[in-house]
Amino acid sequence: MSGCALADLSGGSVLKKRILVAAVVVALMGFAAYAALFIAPTESKMGTVQRIFYLHAPSGMVALLSFFVCFVGNLAYVFKRQPKWDWLGVSAAEVGMAFCTVLILTGPIWAHPVWGIWWTWDARLTLTFVLWLLYTSYLLLRTLVEDPDRRALVSAIYGIFAFLDVPLVYGSIRWWRTQHPQPVIMGGAGSGLEPTMRKVFWFWVLNLVILMIFLIRERYALEAMRGEVQFLEREAEAA
Amino acid sequence: MTNLSSVFAAYVIGWGIFFIYYITVARRTAALRKDIERLKNSLNRGK
Repeated sequence: MSGCALADLSGGSVLKKRILVAAVVVALMGFAAYAALFIAPTESKMGTVQRIFYLHAPSGMVALLSFFVCFVGNLAYVFKRQPKWDWLGVSAAEVGMAFCTVLILTGPIWAHPVWGIWWTWDARLTLTFVLWLLYTSYLLLRTLVEDPDRRALVSAIYGIFAFLDVPLVYGSIRWWRTQHPQPVIMGGAGSGLEPTMRKVFWFWVLNLVILMIFLIRERYALEAMRGEVQFLEREAEAA
Repeated sequence: MTNLSSVFAAYVIGWGIFFIYYITVARRTAALRKDIERLKNSLNRGK
């Protein structure tokens, strides 16, 4: 009885902590949106629509970072065969997909008023779309394999190959001429941002990294619980 | 070129995706928590 009460208490305190972290993340995101819309100066050529940049570009960077975390998880699983690495891989892939979806949807909304078209099949856009398809397939693949160990291994090997597209996405605007602009962050000579824009940009990157960590942790906890359910089901069958 | 509606749409879509994703994770977690409770109860009854 007392054990149950203790478990409830610890569950409640964990829930409170998670709600508090979620509230901090939402507050930071709110301030980031305020900074993008009201603190950052208006860009001289594109005007107000350029403010989409503060959501679009950091979402892309954080999507690639999430896929890198997934890659690390996949690689570690292949060598160590511990479920925790599989849980990390799938968690980071799913969170990366959320960021990649934001990237792919906000891009055309920005492109249409500036380029006059919603989409073009240039190297950056095409490779990003391929990336989205690759990780959609990664998540679909996991639903097709029943056995947990086999599912983890097959998806880890697939995930390692899927990651090969990430450096191509990063390098596409550096190596080839594209409709997509050349990099303004970590680009060559002549690239860069006005100081206030740069501060707002990096504030957004920081916020989205915090959001990514928060979401991966939540998703990882879900996957760990799924592992516990499988364990308990085996116990129930054996009993 | 102002395009305030484009900026508004982009931010609503961005926030919406993050929010909906978080809700799906929270709902799946709640469902699994119930499963764990149910399995633990059935195992305890079996002992």
